[in-house]
Amino acid sequence: MTETASAKPEETPKISPSTQASVAAEQMDMPASKLMRFGPDNPLRLDEGTEIAPWQIAYETYGELNADKTNAILVCHALTGDQYAASENPVTGKPGWWSVMVGPGRPVDTDKYFVICANVLGGCLGTTGPASTNPETNEVYGLDLPVVTIGDMVRSQAKLVEALGIDTLFAVVGGSMGGMQVLQWASAYPDKVFAAVPIATGPRHSSQNIAFHEVGRQAVMADPDWCHGQYAKYGKRPTKGLSVARMAAHITYMSDESLHSKFGRNLQDRSAITFGFDADFQIESYLRHQGMTFVDRFDANSYLYVTRAMDYFDLAAAHGGKLANAFLHTKTRFCVMSFTTDWLFPTSESKDVVRALNAAGANVSFVEIESSRGHDAFLLDEAELLKTMRGFLTGASRARGIPAPGDGNEPQR
Amino acid sequence: MTKDDLRNVRGDHRILCDFVTPGARVLDIGCGKGELLELLIKTRNVDGRGFDTSQKGVNEAVARGLSVVQGDADNDLSAYPDDAFDYAILSHTLQATMDPKQVLEQLLRIGKKVVVSFPNFGHWRNRIQLLTKGRMPVTDYLPYQWYDTPNIHFCTIRDFVELSEEVHARVIKAEALDAKGRRIAFNAPWWVWNLIGDQAVFLLERKN
Repeated sequence: MTETASAKPEETPKISPSTQASVAAEQMDMPASKLMRFGPDNPLRLDEGTEIAPWQIAYETYGELNADKTNAILVCHALTGDQYAASENPVTGKPGWWSVMVGPGRPVDTDKYFVICANVLGGCLGTTGPASTNPETNEVYGLDLPVVTIGDMVRSQAKLVEALGIDTLFAVVGGSMGGMQVLQWASAYPDKVFAAVPIATGPRHSSQNIAFHEVGRQAVMADPDWCHGQYAKYGKRPTKGLSVARMAAHITYMSDESLHSKFGRNLQDRSAITFGFDADFQIESYLRHQGMTFVDRFDANSYLYVTRAMDYFDLAAAHGGKLANAFLHTKTRFCVMSFTTDWLFPTSESKDVVRALNAAGANVSFVEIESSRGHDAFLLDEAELLKTMRGFLTGASRARGIPAPGDGNEPQR
Repeated sequence: MTKDDLRNVRGDHRILCDFVTPGARVLDIGCGKGELLELLIKTRNVDGRGFDTSQKGVNEAVARGLSVVQGDADNDLSAYPDDAFDYAILSHTLQATMDPKQVLEQLLRIGKKVVVSFPNFGHWRNRIQLLTKGRMPVTDYLPYQWYDTPNIHFCTIRDFVELSEEVHARVIKAEALDAKGRRIAFNAPWWVWNLIGDQAVFLLERKN
């Protein structure tokens, strides 16, 4: 996901791109964030049927865990997100990707809650992924890392939560691929999730979404510098392919309406078309910029792994074809949210989840938020999104008997 | 909730609350912004869920911490399992549904008991307006013109009694309310209530 969807190219990062790429590489085994290592005696079982060990998970925390350990919220990040939900990303130097949602006085209020956000399995900012060092060979895993699933990501997070001494999470929240993890958490660990907030997500990855991911992966793999996934060995990086993948994906995060209102057919730094293939239009320039900045912070193989994890997600299929079976007898309180112009995860997908939750007799709220900003709306300053999150967490906090964001004392921000 | 708070509560809501046993699992269909749900939670400590067609109302209710989903009674009730709730409540919503009979059947399926309140089209003032003016009645309770009313399926108290019969429901309790939303505190045959009741509240269950 993008951190921002601004019309203008983002400000020059504090760290130069070439340095960024090397900073990113350093983060893979030794992240700047907190890190939990699991030794050979504590392997991670994978859906594929194998295990990995040793393995590690990089995470950040915000706020303080209460004495009863009942106020922990796990934030699950989206496709290319990271553990820096509410603090500066050490690679890009940019503020946390969900600072609008998570922080002191924010809806996910770090004055009240203990917030955990971990880099996903298969990611590239410190949790074991294809760019990590394979302990058996002392070389980068590359494609030797087994393909991971949303279920695997959640299982790794469950191990982290357990290692932190937390029995039950007060809430698990997240959007897009993060929302898939929320649904997986609620389904796989119903007794460990008091409240769940899946946003702009669905119970499975649709054919159309798999198609877009495949285009992205093919772009990466078509880049000669990809070297069949062994680019690290040859000191190369498939930046062209990864950049095109990001450009294609970025279109799916925005709406026709937002593209039109931001860029229309406006020309980039010129008064007339050039009858050539330069970036005549602002939208072209914007996408190229998005692609170029992305490759400095993200690993190409990691992109293959995380997109694949989303493609393989199908919660109903894992429960005999009936989605309601994924949530039978659940005591978790759900708040499902979607956005009107999100065509990547349209409201109908959220409604499938809501219908299944109702059929399972679950406690569920559902809000469709009016927004022109497409899928990316879940990351942005959308008043209704923030209001709903605050309201839902406040209600759930009262039910849990812990202080809520709505309980005064905190400064108005 | 104090007596003063209750004084401002809508008449049918007050009676609805009396019909519901404390701690029950309740689904309020057509819950709007969740006023009744909030009242039931405060006064009856229910495990309450809501359901409404208006996204705006739903969003407000959720932001206030209530469990509410957007959906419409005609199409989305089928997702709920049998006996999912102790009470399925339909407060001033029946007359706005496309297929009231089917909705009532769904309610009797998903709720062990069903509470329905509705405006009584058989009230004498409505009859007189139609009789003397020859126009569709417009009153405090039914403030809409015929062409812009959301109330597409009006019924009278006697019509509702008949519908209950038809869907194999047993009337456990029924109350008629006057124009000020006060309970009409005497027992009378249905035809009397049908004439003087501004609205009615019914408690039903499936006949086995």
